[in-house]
Amino acid sequence: MQNKTFRNLFMLPYALWIIIFVIAPILLVVYFSFFDINGNFSLTNYKNFFTATYLQMTLNSFWYAFLITVISLLIAYPTAYILTRTKHKQLWLLLIIVPSWINLLLKAYAFIGIFGTHGAANRFLEWAGIGSRQLLFTDFSFVFVAVYIFIPFMILPIFNALDKLNPSLLYAASDLGASKWTTFRRVIFPLTLDGVKSGCQVVFIPALSLFMLTRLIAGNRVITLGTAIEQQFLVTQNWGMGATIAVFLIIIMVGFMALTSIRRRGV
Amino acid sequence: MEKKSSSLANLFLLFIFFILYAPIFYLIFYSFNSGGTMSHFEGFTFDWYRELLHDTRLLIIVLNTVVIALLSALIATITGVLGAIGIRSYKRRQTRNTLLSLNNILIVSPDVIMGASFLILFTMAGVRLGFYSVLLSHVAFSIPIVVLMVLPKLMEMSSSLEDAARDLGASHWNVLTKVTLPYIAPGIFAGFFMALTYSLDDFAVTFFVTGNGFSTLSVEIYSLARRGVSLNINALSTLMFVITVIFVVVYYYLASRSGTKGANLRR
Repeated sequence: MQNKTFRNLFMLPYALWIIIFVIAPILLVVYFSFFDINGNFSLTNYKNFFTATYLQMTLNSFWYAFLITVISLLIAYPTAYILTRTKHKQLWLLLIIVPSWINLLLKAYAFIGIFGTHGAANRFLEWAGIGSRQLLFTDFSFVFVAVYIFIPFMILPIFNALDKLNPSLLYAASDLGASKWTTFRRVIFPLTLDGVKSGCQVVFIPALSLFMLTRLIAGNRVITLGTAIEQQFLVTQNWGMGATIAVFLIIIMVGFMALTSIRRRGV
Repeated sequence: MEKKSSSLANLFLLFIFFILYAPIFYLIFYSFNSGGTMSHFEGFTFDWYRELLHDTRLLIIVLNTVVIALLSALIATITGVLGAIGIRSYKRRQTRNTLLSLNNILIVSPDVIMGASFLILFTMAGVRLGFYSVLLSHVAFSIPIVVLMVLPKLMEMSSSLEDAARDLGASHWNVLTKVTLPYIAPGIFAGFFMALTYSLDDFAVTFFVTGNGFSTLSVEIYSLARRGVSLNINALSTLMFVITVIFVVVYYYLASRSGTKGANLRR
């Protein structure tokens, strides 16, 4: 049919893109993970990954990502909740989103100044009587900046979920004698769980792989999986090991997506 | 929901807004500092802006960034629109879903993985790292976003419109240019815009695939920031903040016209 040839013509560039930039890169990463630094086929990289150093690093990376996700959620949920109750909520929401459009590196750079020895944060600590201390290049500053960067991404899906909530459900709950806390625990939270899940998805996976933050803010004190991959590829030039860590990061990612999967409507 | 917000809730919201915006305005404030540090404000000056405008190397980098963004967004939009039209023409649900899952892989995969796998890909294919490798990777990660912005608009269009055009004797080409494309135009613009901002914002992928001689603004900011505070970056970030705000306003204007709900999946 003529229709079909027309369609195939349309799909050609797109199909090429899928093959070259979606499928091939994944296969190449898996393929490279089987080669050691000298280019010999071996399982050395996988053996290395299961040594204490790498497992410790993976666990650390997990721990930081978990911490970042939980703190973001604890801040984002109440914020989203209050936002849905304000008068011009779309405007406020837009104001929350604007910072997320600003280049991530500039935000990180701002914190180099704020957390610096004579920066605003230390002056505040001195004023509060605590005294200045080393803030930059600590794991505290890493978690703080990461949470700062991710908060808008966490607020957005939760806001959308809360916004869709039918208010009559809340009236029904209070009519039936539920306290505010019970209403939240039994009605609001379960109904907005999908928003929470997609918020966690957009925070947790990038939190595992942010390498520029660890370099700029944590001064190599925090090594995430992302930092390790960047290190292996661009510094050590051991692509095999880098690819192996990447394979595990992909596996973790797929697992996390499955764990937090939502019944999505087709687009 | 009931429009009642206690003063405590307002205070919390105010605090969140303060945290979100303080670092940005901190940066902007010190861009006018004649002192040269981000901690002591000595006097007001425009020196850093003047220096910025005389820095030819930086201006070339800005030009590179803009050219890459415009070109990659253009190519990605064309490929993405054709792909979306192609996806719609598949009547089987399963085929569509498979294509969509493939489409979304690059959106969910962490930047580091994308960067590392593209680096392997380009090295294997013998593409020299530099302008073309950066351009190709930006096209690659922008295509799925364009598809996601265009597809809802396409799905919304009733197929009887095209059938009617064909019954009236329009050729395939006429149907495409006179019926389909005008209908989905708002989605196309929104997609182009998103691709533009993704490209301007990207750091991690570019960092992997850029060679020695070629640099974009994000990569340049990273290497400057690693060397510590220099108020040039502050002046630069002030300009970028202003441009970003303009972008956001334009984007929301386009998005509200097209009615597509996008911009949720930002890295």
